[in-house]
Amino acid sequence: MSLFILHLLTSIHALAASTIGHTLLMVVPVMVVFPALFAVTTLLERKGLGRIQNRYGPNRAGPWGLLQPMADGIKALTKEDVVPEAADRLVHFCAPVLMVLSAFLVYAVVPVSRTWVVAPLRAGVLFFFAAGSLMEIAVFMAGWSSRSQYSLLGAMRALAQMISYEIPLVLSAMVAVMAAGSLSMVEIVRRQAGYTGIWPHWFVLTPWGLFGFALFLIAATAESNRCPFDLPEGESEIIAGYYIEYSGFKFALFFLAEYLGMFAISALGITLFLGGWSAPFSFLAWVPTWIWFFAKLLALIAGFIWIRGTLPRLRMDQLMRFAWEFLLPMTLCNVFVAGAWKFLPAGVLRWLGCALVLLGAYWLLGRRLEQRGGLPQRNYRFAE
Amino acid sequence: MLGKGIALGLAETARNFFGSFFRRERLTTVQFPEERLPQIEAARNFPFLVFDGADWQQGMRCVACQICEKECPPKCILIEKSKDKKPDATGKPQFYPAVFNIDVSVCMSCQICVEVCPFDAIKMDVDFELSTHDRFGGLLWDKQRLSKSNEHYHHIHPTEAAAVDAALAAERAKLAAKAQAASTATPAASTPATAEGQA
Repeated sequence: MSLFILHLLTSIHALAASTIGHTLLMVVPVMVVFPALFAVTTLLERKGLGRIQNRYGPNRAGPWGLLQPMADGIKALTKEDVVPEAADRLVHFCAPVLMVLSAFLVYAVVPVSRTWVVAPLRAGVLFFFAAGSLMEIAVFMAGWSSRSQYSLLGAMRALAQMISYEIPLVLSAMVAVMAAGSLSMVEIVRRQAGYTGIWPHWFVLTPWGLFGFALFLIAATAESNRCPFDLPEGESEIIAGYYIEYSGFKFALFFLAEYLGMFAISALGITLFLGGWSAPFSFLAWVPTWIWFFAKLLALIAGFIWIRGTLPRLRMDQLMRFAWEFLLPMTLCNVFVAGAWKFLPAGVLRWLGCALVLLGAYWLLGRRLEQRGGLPQRNYRFAE
Repeated sequence: MLGKGIALGLAETARNFFGSFFRRERLTTVQFPEERLPQIEAARNFPFLVFDGADWQQGMRCVACQICEKECPPKCILIEKSKDKKPDATGKPQFYPAVFNIDVSVCMSCQICVEVCPFDAIKMDVDFELSTHDRFGGLLWDKQRLSKSNEHYHHIHPTEAAAVDAALAAERAKLAAKAQAASTATPAASTPATAEGQA
């Protein structure tokens, strides 16, 4: 038995030595771990939402409902794959494939641990946003090729929303790039991995990092079509939006891509603001780095589930006003503060001054957003 | 300030989330097949035929008058009246249903058959788990399957069954008193007639 393990280890070592083998060892875990995390997350999400609504959540398949993802998977695999007669068959087929492809592609530049990053590109953040925006094309392909009014409406909503929120997303991510002086995600994490006393150098512990992280999370929620920004697939309005005409395994692919996109954008947020794989305190640095990465990822996922269980869906005009009248000026202000931070002398005063400027901007913009209502008060003639 | 409502909402959902783990009364879901709520007395689902005594054929109250068959809105009852008469629970010779079928899949639980029955022979049962793998034979119930004892009726609807028993007993007492009066009055009335005839 031990001989076998030794043999296995030497063969893995030999595999790792070759370039192709090295790439395989990096890629295969990404292709396995994140879909597995997707399966676990669907269950945790339903359980968590259930508890938020004082229900049990799924608890029938297996002990505590643990086999529920497997049951869902079998159901999705064995369902009939219906393609509408009027649909553009080729594009209809390509859309879910492209969607999953773009969702997987962005994991190439995510540093999961100190040593585990598939492609340590020097322009990693840029690659992330470029590959991630393939998803928008896939969404529109799905909506357009189905030849259904609902799916087209969903696709147009998705395009409007994703393009509007791409700008605050990139601008809020920019502060971390400015501070690190590099577009490489590996380098950005390395800049945050040091400690002062026991405290880490995470960007989220600075005022611009805190605001940047919050703005990034809001824009990321919109970017990954999650509640309360799930207009493209608003169930009560347009049923399932752009993927309404998909069934069976293709539908499961959309579902997978959506969750993978959420994990990826959470991973980007962790890398940019939460110190990536680095430990939260210097005395915890002995714990394997990938454990910290996944702990942070699960915490962010829990946050997304919490938000989903709390907030109702926005209206289209509210969504647009929020993006252009609040998020955009706020991120611009944050970029200026991050720039000023670089040139001010370090100390408590710098921290408080920057925080005050950002809080003032938040207060003013928030007041403006609340005062100027989008639509006039509606008068219900028959409902009351 | 912007975001106050969101913070309050997040606090509320967090309270729900953690509260559901510590306070059992928050979770109002009844885990059905394992846990059951007690049924309320007025519950009803599907009719059954009441019989008195121990033998379902002997004690069946139904006399095949076919009123329920005619009144049933979805026409789920099928009755064939017998050619002969058999003594019922009280010993009186009566017609009886040779065939009495109700289709479970058609019945809409309206209770009209119960309302129109002059003999209190058909009542509503509370059993609702009637699913079966055999959707034709398994859902067409014959008179043996439909027959349930008066004790069962008392068990599921105690108040209603007591009232029905009291009404039946009163009616029987009235009939008995009438028969008694008739048997005593007949000789007295006939004596003068015969006397007149003789005269």
